[in-house]
Amino acid sequence: MTALVTLRNVTKSYVRGKQKVEVLHGIDLTIEPGEFLALMGPSGSGKTTLLNLVAGLDQPTTGEVLVAGDRIDQLSRGSLSDWRARHIGFIFQFYNLLPVLTAEANVEVPLLLTNLSKSERRRRVQVALELVGLAERARHKPNELSGGQQQRVAIARAIVSDPTLLVCDEPTGDLDRQSAEEIMNLLTALNRSHKKTIVMVTHDPKAAEYASRELHLDKGLLTNDTRRAA
Amino acid sequence: MKYFSLVWAGLWRKKTRTVFTMISIVVAFLLFGLLQGINQGFSVAMRTLDVDRLYVSARTGMTDGMPISYLQRIRNLPGVRAVSLWAYFGGYYQDARKVVPAFATDAAELFKVYKEIKIKPEYLAAMEKTRTGVLIRDTLATQYGWKVGDRIPIGTSIWTNKAGSNTWEFDIVGTFDASAYGMGFPAFYLNYSYFDEARSFGTGQVHYYIVSIQDPKQADRISREIDAMFANSSVETRTQTEFALAQSQLKQLGDINFIANAIVGAVLFTLLFLTANTMMQSVRERTSELAVLKTLGYSDTKVLLLVMTESLLLCLFAAALGIGLAAVVFQSPALQKLFGNFSMPTLVMMMGAGIAVAVAFVSGFPPAWRARQLNIVDALAGR
Ligand SMILES: Nc1ncnc2c1ncn2[C@@H]1O[C@H](COP(=O)(O)OP(=O)(O)OP(=O)(O)O)[C@@H](O)[C@H]1O
Ligand SMILES: [Mg+2]
Repeated sequence: MTALVTLRNVTKSYVRGKQKVEVLHGIDLTIEPGEFLALMGPSGSGKTTLLNLVAGLDQPTTGEVLVAGDRIDQLSRGSLSDWRARHIGFIFQFYNLLPVLTAEANVEVPLLLTNLSKSERRRRVQVALELVGLAERARHKPNELSGGQQQRVAIARAIVSDPTLLVCDEPTGDLDRQSAEEIMNLLTALNRSHKKTIVMVTHDPKAAEYASRELHLDKGLLTNDTRRAA
Repeated sequence: MKYFSLVWAGLWRKKTRTVFTMISIVVAFLLFGLLQGINQGFSVAMRTLDVDRLYVSARTGMTDGMPISYLQRIRNLPGVRAVSLWAYFGGYYQDARKVVPAFATDAAELFKVYKEIKIKPEYLAAMEKTRTGVLIRDTLATQYGWKVGDRIPIGTSIWTNKAGSNTWEFDIVGTFDASAYGMGFPAFYLNYSYFDEARSFGTGQVHYYIVSIQDPKQADRISREIDAMFANSSVETRTQTEFALAQSQLKQLGDINFIANAIVGAVLFTLLFLTANTMMQSVRERTSELAVLKTLGYSDTKVLLLVMTESLLLCLFAAALGIGLAAVVFQSPALQKLFGNFSMPTLVMMMGAGIAVAVAFVSGFPPAWRARQLNIVDALAGR
């Protein structure tokens, strides 16, 4: 099987003042289609940095990043944003919904970039909201929803354009235990029934248990790679 | 436009702030609409003035008289249809503050020169027969409660009659309707022949000859001919079209106009900063939201356009409201009385739209550029 994500000797450095700080030191990583990968590690170890590289939000300092057949480290800023729209669904710790828009309008935001008709967009939004179990809250604004519900709207937004890869940065980090479990069940369902490949950064070992593979990052190096039988 | 809801929602993110900014823009454009509307109203009114009427006065000044003998010589020029005359009477009724704009004239000719005046033929006939007769404007009759048949004493600060009095008695023989010529048209006419006989000095003097010509295209030629004809006479003349005359009289208005434009300019300039500030604040507050849009695949250019559209929407919407309000104000009875049947000129609306677009661009561009330059990773991390 061809890998969905391949990183070859990837480093990432930031220049802070006059100092150059290397955050990732030569990462090699492959992720197969259909995997549900949990990326763990202490704060500051470079998890978000790595996730951003895989998701095409940032470019590596050196090395190759191959995702869904594209050398995204070689794409320009402009083509990279088109690429993200086609391939990546994003889920953030703090949901990052647009506060002025209703749930359904939020879910529609990625679809505005496509050529779909208004009715087709509406249909897909409806399907996505039903999938996350929030169809009856379509007209609510984010501040009228609980954290767990907001995160489910965010998941609907992430899957509505049927991306190749879902990336989640601490999706349960801001939720209580109960809501966190609901979100993890939802992600697992997306992975199992809808064959979505998921890369999830998390601090929470309970959340990581839902994943099929666990990867540890420490001070910019991959340390531990375990696969679990489904 | 499918992005409309996105832009609209962004605009109303902070309702109070948007409303206040909007009110400022509305007021600025109301002011703009009113001043420009009045300005344009005058120039439109000026353009409808007849060029087939020429005004001849003494070159040295409008109040210096010309000899009555000029009348026949002007009348004999080819292309001249009719000639009438005005001599200032400078009247008042009862006391000097109750001004009566009175002129001595040749009534029969006057009403040929001003074709749009409505008067009954029997009034004109009565004027011919009654030496002390006067024709007055219907508006003046209403103002002082005068009727046809009244004998009225009119004072003048200029002329004493041969009886040695400053108060002249006149008989009202008719009224006329001069609404076609606006509020400024003189309202009180006495017979020049009587006036010239009865005054104790200045005999044979006329202040204006009003010349009606057959072909407006000949206005320049005839004007030159008249002035040339009297070039070496005791009193040289200056001949102007009605348009030119009105323009020179409205010169002061031009100065007012300049001040008005300066005020509007200053207001719009201030508006620029106000709008720019609102947009900048709004973009700053939305840093993470804009970063999310970019994350989801909105290109830098698209984000820039979204912010620009927001600024454009704000300015155009408020400007339309302001100019619309000004248009409504122009429909008010008071202004209709002043300008006649007047509505907001299309040119002013277009200028307003143009300025609104310019304000939107200038004030929207810095925040839009900032949004464009926003780095996703930093913005998401709150850096
Ligand atoms: N844009 C940047 N400029 C400078 N330093 C950065 C930048 N982004 C990340 N870093 C640094 O890189 C290191 C790794 O950051 P990263 O956000 O990837 O960590 P993380 O594993 O996601 O941590 P956390 O669990 O706290 O989210 C940190 O020391 C951070 O300060
Ligand atoms: Mg992180």
